[in-house]
Amino acid sequence: MDVGLNHYLLVSGLLFSIGFFGVIFRRNVIFILMCLEMMLNAVNLAFVSFSRFNGNADGSLFVFFIITVAAAEVAVGLAIVVALYRKKKTLRIDELTELKN
Amino acid sequence: MDYFFYIFAFITLGSALAVVLNQNAVNACMFMIIAFFGIAALFLLQEAYFLVVTQVMVYAGAIMVLFLFVVMLLDIRGEHSLRPRMRSMVFCSFLLSLLMVGVVYLFVPQQADLPFQAFSDQTVSAMAPVDEPLAYAKSTKSFGLALFTKYMLPFQLVGFLLLSAMLGVIHLSRRNSNEDTEESLS
Repeated sequence: MDVGLNHYLLVSGLLFSIGFFGVIFRRNVIFILMCLEMMLNAVNLAFVSFSRFNGNADGSLFVFFIITVAAAEVAVGLAIVVALYRKKKTLRIDELTELKN
Repeated sequence: MDYFFYIFAFITLGSALAVVLNQNAVNACMFMIIAFFGIAALFLLQEAYFLVVTQVMVYAGAIMVLFLFVVMLLDIRGEHSLRPRMRSMVFCSFLLSLLMVGVVYLFVPQQADLPFQAFSDQTVSAMAPVDEPLAYAKSTKSFGLALFTKYMLPFQLVGFLLLSAMLGVIHLSRRNSNEDTEESLS
């Protein structure tokens, strides 16, 4: 069977679902950040597939911007994680509840 | 060509599952690098060559090195990786399985005349000519040309975003080190 747009979209959707599963069920902040990156990558794959199969370059240009924003997001997120670990000595997300009270 | 797609898709999805289910943080980072390389190979199969290089350099190079640094600095021990059972967990897994079923049902390749297929091959070929895909972004030169003419303003804004992210990271780490020295002094 010819590999078409639907195959790439299937892979992208499954990757997004796996990342979503990780964000919801993992309890470590670093793993949650990694699964967020995975979801962003799934969206990138969908963008590139639509861009290629429509013969339009705007989607793949948008992927470039997504990658840049993801790099900035990871840098800030990991800095926050390190600061959080210095203050609270834990990275488990069900113990980081000081905004509740 | 089609075999390559199946191989790389299998590698990507398998290592992504390994990231989610892994206990060891360093192993998870390594599987994440494999997943990023798999996605880069999927980009390569779609002839987005500049994005392949960007993906490998930025994601598999810079971002995962950053993750590995933080994992090794913080010394994360193996603990119960998944959250304990609760009502919202059951609800979330139900929603997630619904999402998976919907994704598979919509996007798995079917006959072209079935109504539930999201984008059949006929619609795509009616939208645009497939024989010349990505006509002006296949080469890095045209990619950069579009980046510096049509997308000049977002390009500048992304530069400012990176600058502000750098300043924010420096501020976040420096303020905490000051607090630590104050605590040790007092």
